Amino acid sequence: MSGLAAAGERVVVLEVSELSVSYGKIEALHGLALKVHRGEIVTVIGPNGAGKTTLLCALMGLLPAGGEIVYLGERQGPGRSVERLVRQGMTLVPEKRELFAEMSVEDNLLLGAFDRYRAGHRDHLETMDQVFDVFPRLMERRQQLAGTLSGGERQMLAMGRALMAKPRLLLLDEPSLGLAPLIIREIFRTVAELRKTGVAILLVEQNARAALHVADYGYVLETGELSLEGPSRDLASDPRVIESYLGLGGRN
Amino acid sequence: MDLQIALLLGQDGITNGAIYALLALALVLVFAVTRVIFIPQGEFVAFGALTLAGLQAGRLPGTIWLLLALGTAIALVEGSRALRDRNFRRLPMILLVNCGVPLLLAGTLFALSPASLPLPVQVLLALMLVVPLGPMIYRLAYQPIAEASVLALLIVSVAVHVTLIGLGLLFFGAEGSRTLSFTDISFELGDILVQGQTLLVVVASLMLIVALYFFFERTIYGKALRATAMNRTGARLMGISGSLAGMLSFTLAAAIGALSGILISPITTIYYDSGFLIGLKGFVGAIIGGLASYPVAAAGAILVGLLESFSSFWASAFKEVIVFTSIIPVLVWRSLKTRHVEEE
Repeated sequence: MSGLAAAGERVVVLEVSELSVSYGKIEALHGLALKVHRGEIVTVIGPNGAGKTTLLCALMGLLPAGGEIVYLGERQGPGRSVERLVRQGMTLVPEKRELFAEMSVEDNLLLGAFDRYRAGHRDHLETMDQVFDVFPRLMERRQQLAGTLSGGERQMLAMGRALMAKPRLLLLDEPSLGLAPLIIREIFRTVAELRKTGVAILLVEQNARAALHVADYGYVLETGELSLEGPSRDLASDPRVIESYLGLGGRN
Repeated sequence: MDLQIALLLGQDGITNGAIYALLALALVLVFAVTRVIFIPQGEFVAFGALTLAGLQAGRLPGTIWLLLALGTAIALVEGSRALRDRNFRRLPMILLVNCGVPLLLAGTLFALSPASLPLPVQVLLALMLVVPLGPMIYRLAYQPIAEASVLALLIVSVAVHVTLIGLGLLFFGAEGSRTLSFTDISFELGDILVQGQTLLVVVASLMLIVALYFFFERTIYGKALRATAMNRTGARLMGISGSLAGMLSFTLAAAIGALSGILISPITTIYYDSGFLIGLKGFVGAIIGGLASYPVAAAGAILVGLLESFSSFWASAFKEVIVFTSIIPVLVWRSLKTRHVEEE
């Protein structure tokens, strides 16, 4: 795994402006602008129904979107598709995990490297060892069927499977959803460690406290529009964010 | 009935059952991956058999014209899309794969005289003519509506089936054909005479089933197909596109169909429309497996073969009736056993 990107050089991986997404006549996202750099964790926090999952689905090409999306310096045109974005190193860990339930952990991971395999790379076994280093629990469970894993393990498998693609931009949709606090902490520690590999991470979360704790920069998404943004430390101390999303009682 | 007749019928039933099992597996595969109920599966049996018969009779099989026409159509569709996306670099590849390869094949057929070639080469040529039709039909007929409902896909299947039957009549004529036997060996096993060709059908079917098992369990492409069947969105996010999975499963289905036709054509006379009934019996097997379970589908198909051969002895006029009626208790049992799940 490569070292940290030099502090001075801030390579923009993803730049979005005026992004809008509609379901029929209903506009779910409106005029969004955001930026993710290499080796950076950017989080989008917001309440249920603000359009967070819609944002990630639109970026991944699962939903048609208006506005401008520039990924790795290339403006996304009409030929944009999930398959092409996957080939270019964008990977989504969806909210529902979307694992292959009747396959072993190992096979799930292997398929994470399917597109790299198809493109002629044969390094999936090494990559799998690296994933096992990140998630030792998956190593123990490698022969088990994915459908029999616990919630935390499923999230680990979904993330491990995404890492098998050696992504340049990792989109994480609510990794904390439905998990126990201890597991959440473990997952977020892993997310923080991934930063060292140079991958850019866009993390969408309802658990604002955990997300702001790990991220470098944050956006607040409310009813389809970005209402606030800033370095996550500033956001975490912003009274509006504290009142709406952090509350008084500390969870971690 | 004495034991000897029972053994003969059993032998017959297992031979046919092995073929039905192969077709049942293909039907389950295609349905699991693409949600298409592949009625034209049987047409690949007839096309495989009759293309080989045509080659052996020294005729130019009409299949080549279909291959050229479909290739041209795909080149037009893909080419116009590439032009629209200003993706000019793809054009040579599109032309080469869809027009160049069929033309090369046609040229080979004209240059050689296929009737004088050794049998394995003829089989290979027949497969090269028939198998590509599978993914081509998928590309043209199913891929544009891949997200449509199962019913819409079924309607397309009926259309493809009727078209292929018509083309079959045009290409091969109304007369049936048999191909040359792969082997003339026969031997006595206990009381009954076993034909080498019959044994070959069973052994080759078993080998194909084992090969399919390895493909699905051991290779990354096989696993990708299973993954698509399990979770379409998940597979897409791994870069396994629906069209790739569809092409791959239709290629396999076409290959299984064509091989089945080639295997049985030395022992059964195949007509241009024989495939439908054969495919339908594979379908009964696939239904017994709920269009989902490979082993149950294969076992069900062998049961269908046995049922057919024994009923042809006791009530030959009602042979087909008995086979297709057997689906009713299966459906009743299935509908009692499973809860109805609304389609997404």
